Amino acid sequence: MPDLSVEFRGVKAPNPFWLASAPPTNSEYQVRRAFDAGWGGAVWKTLGFEPIVNVSSRYGAIDFEGRKVVGLNNIELITDRTLDVNLAEIARVKKAHPKHALFVSLMVESRREAWHEIVKRTQDAGADGIELNFGCPHGMSERGMGSAVGQVPEYARMITGWAKEVATVPVMVKLTPNVADVTAIGRAAVEGGADALSLINTINSVMGVDLETLAPKPSVGGYGSHGGYCGPAVKPIALNMVSSLAKDPRVGVPISGIGGIETWQDAAEFLLLGAGSVQVCTAVMHRGFRIVDGLIDGLSGWMRSKGFGRIGDFAGKSVPRLKPWGELDLNYKVVAEIDQAKCIHCGLCYVACEDGCHQSIRWEREPAQVGIRPGVGDGSLNVFTIEQDSCVGCNMCSLVCPVEGCIAMKPVDRGLAPMSWNQYQAMLAEERVAKIEPPGHA
Amino acid sequence: MPRAGERRSPEELARNFAEAPPLGPSEALFEASRCLYCFDAPCTRACPTGIDVPRFIRQLLHRDEIGAAKTILGANIFGGSCARACPTEVLCEGACVDRLLSGGPIPIGRLQRLACDSAEGVSFFEPGPPTGKKVAIVGAGPAGLSCAHELRRLGHDVTVFEGRSLPGGLDTHGVAAYKLSTDFVLAEIERICAIGIDLRLNHPVTPAGLRELLNEFDSVFLGIGLGRTLPLGIEGEDLAGVWESLDFIDQTRVRPFEECEVGREVIVIGGGNTAIDVATAARRLGAEKVTIAYRRDEASMPAFAFEYDLAKGDGVRFEWFAAPLRIVGEDGAARGVEFARTRLDESGQLQMIPESNFILPADMVVKALGQGPLVEWLEALPGLEHRAGRIVAEATTGATSIAGLFAGGDCLRKGGEVVDAVQDGKVAAKGIDARLKARMGRASDSQ
Ligand SMILES: Cc1cc2nc3c(=O)[nH]c(=O)nc-3n(C[C@H](O)[C@H](O)[C@H](O)COP(=O)(O)OP(=O)(O)OC[C@H]3O[C@@H](n4cnc5c(N)ncnc54)[C@H](O)[C@@H]3O)c2cc1C
Ligand SMILES: Cc1cc2nc3c(=O)[nH]c(=O)nc-3n(C[C@H](O)[C@H](O)[C@H](O)COP(=O)(O)O)c2cc1C
Ligand code: SF4
Repeated sequence: MPDLSVEFRGVKAPNPFWLASAPPTNSEYQVRRAFDAGWGGAVWKTLGFEPIVNVSSRYGAIDFEGRKVVGLNNIELITDRTLDVNLAEIARVKKAHPKHALFVSLMVESRREAWHEIVKRTQDAGADGIELNFGCPHGMSERGMGSAVGQVPEYARMITGWAKEVATVPVMVKLTPNVADVTAIGRAAVEGGADALSLINTINSVMGVDLETLAPKPSVGGYGSHGGYCGPAVKPIALNMVSSLAKDPRVGVPISGIGGIETWQDAAEFLLLGAGSVQVCTAVMHRGFRIVDGLIDGLSGWMRSKGFGRIGDFAGKSVPRLKPWGELDLNYKVVAEIDQAKCIHCGLCYVACEDGCHQSIRWEREPAQVGIRPGVGDGSLNVFTIEQDSCVGCNMCSLVCPVEGCIAMKPVDRGLAPMSWNQYQAMLAEERVAKIEPPGHA
Repeated sequence: MPRAGERRSPEELARNFAEAPPLGPSEALFEASRCLYCFDAPCTRACPTGIDVPRFIRQLLHRDEIGAAKTILGANIFGGSCARACPTEVLCEGACVDRLLSGGPIPIGRLQRLACDSAEGVSFFEPGPPTGKKVAIVGAGPAGLSCAHELRRLGHDVTVFEGRSLPGGLDTHGVAAYKLSTDFVLAEIERICAIGIDLRLNHPVTPAGLRELLNEFDSVFLGIGLGRTLPLGIEGEDLAGVWESLDFIDQTRVRPFEECEVGREVIVIGGGNTAIDVATAARRLGAEKVTIAYRRDEASMPAFAFEYDLAKGDGVRFEWFAAPLRIVGEDGAARGVEFARTRLDESGQLQMIPESNFILPADMVVKALGQGPLVEWLEALPGLEHRAGRIVAEATTGATSIAGLFAGGDCLRKGGEVVDAVQDGKVAAKGIDARLKARMGRASDSQ
């Protein structure tokens, strides 16, 4: 069994699967059940001095053609329980679960004394670390907190500094994705003394409109408000932000990856792209704490098959594989190939290539013996083949193909040395290379 | 003959003949989400009426049931009947590539039923701009009414002459009651006729009458179906208790189930889908023992595999290699059937085995050999080309050898389905329209 334990900025946890600061970490009852279920850590639902008041309803979801909650949005605020109750519960959880990582998320008004007080009280309660919520995009931001802080590098730097002035435990800053350049905020937090970063918080969103009542979703008595978007649909956005911070030499602190993590593969990808732990919210809100079993088993199995004994053996391994576009090899070429034995003749590759890509799939109606069988409706079977001369290797056909392993993208050796766009530009200027002709179909 | 109500309560009978439950909304969305939305979809190509199946399923998935119904009915005005009666396993669902992907097809028929049912009160089609041309339709079966509806959409006046007191042909009198209720069919036909079809019931057309129609109308469409069930040609066919399959099924469609006549021990002679329909209906009406006797073996039986499974599920017995010799009677009533055992010789020919006779007892014997052609009727029309009892018509227009006379449906073919008849009606409507428009064009040219 590979070793899944992690040490995140000095805080130890039995595994990298943590709960994000959100409804599942609202109370002692929930966090203890989560630890019992197998979660390695948790970030307590964001605390402030005064309990907030929430609206109803609060959540909206995107369903996609039969799958529920591929994206979730909320207009909920931070904790609606008193600070005293929360801190007392935190102390009890920590006592009962000393081996689990327990961070506590905080958000108060932008006053030095306020931050000093809440940081001190939280670490006194026994928190292993503190997470500064600079990310909440709704409700709190209008009050000058959350993403209102996280969108301005100077504020982020200043408030992180205030927290660090009194903190005896690691301070992690949770970033909002609702910015043009997340690295600018990440650097500012690090300059302010942040020991770690976590991201992403939720993305600004309006979930839709009820076509019966014309009210936005989610609706509060017929009216709506923009809210925070999360769940499986946001993962790629989060991966981009996590990896860009992981790459940035001016950041250089551990990152807790968040956003759309539902499966062990998602978690492995975050770890490969620079996260040192991962946090989960929507997947647990959807299916409960029990999903952690599958995350642990799946990640362990993959690590075993790859020969990784511990998380550190692969964490960050894919970060150097992300490069600026101008450094990618223009001479590398793949083409699609359909395995005719697996093809079920649905024609989805054909229509995708024909209408949306490069008209590189041939469609022929092959006479089939009369009668009806799968794929044969009127005595003919549609047969699709790739015209590899004009295929540009975009992947689209293989992405839409519903059959596992039916369309493969095969590298072709063009006998050309690797040449990136940047090299190409330099060589063109020196007239060492001929201009690349547009593809045949254009 | 005893009535079903003597053995079964009306509730039990209603349950036995109830149609399969419709797909619930969540089930429908789940099934619709499985559809791959194939390009040049095999299901559509397998549907004789060419319903754009992926399109209507996608409309259902995106909760546009009315749009889905329009997609279906635009191609097949009997979409509701076909959703219930079509042998989808050998049509659209047989061609579904999801069979290869996940082992089972999308339940296209049931989704089609849901779409059509959700649009019950909606009218989609309007008569086209009047052309001043009149077309007569003989026979209000699926072929005739489909042709009539299509012609109205093209702006022609249509009068339908139907010999019986109810419209629908075998959709009303033939298709098994558990698939299709008569109330449903009649309501569907009412919606079809709402486009402005002049339907004249109890109006049989004789061959002489047809010649008059050809003079009086600009074109005539024949959708008269086939004739009575073929006789066995053996002794005892006129005994009481000997039934024709069509009469036996008809009672389940037009009478309350408890008033339907059914024997205790029923023998059904034949091996096609009609034999299965008779046998399952007899079981559901309360017959204790129902046996299908077929001359050949199981593998040669023409009935669809899923119909055969249904009959077995209903407790129907099968007597293979049994050729009927005579119906045994007593006091003028059937008491059983005497059979000879048959076998296939080396060349695959069917032979009767000498001295192998045996008698199976029965108080009801139903002949289900298939329908015969309306030969006499056809022969009374000089100049009408027909072959083996079927009218010969052009595949792309439905035109017969008599100018202005078109035909479609069962009278053209052997072993068709409702959906084939509907398509024939559409094809002939296009053929008629082209002929009438060509003549209108000539008329205006010569002015
Ligand atoms: C027992 C049985 C079960 C079947 N089950 C199914 C099934 O489950 N699914 C399926 O798809 N198909 C089924 N079929 C086949 C289907 O019913 C027919 O293919 C279809 O109804 C043919 O339509 P049609 O319009 O050509 O003929 P018909 O439905 O036979 O209609 C012909 C009409 O013309 C009328 N007519 C005839 N002569 C004259 C005249 N001289 N003057 C005026 N009117 C006249 C008749 O009264 C009748 O109304 C079944 C058939 C039978 C016999
Ligand atoms: C209902 C709800 C409430 C949330 N509340 C908080 C919060 O109080 N503090 C915080 O830092 N993040 C909060 N989040 C954001 C999550 O912690 C997390 O960053 C985000 O949901 C992305 O992860 P996911 O895709 O796994 O859900 C909340 C999310 C949801 C859905
Ligand atoms: S890879 Fe792109 S261009 Fe090539 S066949 Fe597939 S869809 Fe067409």
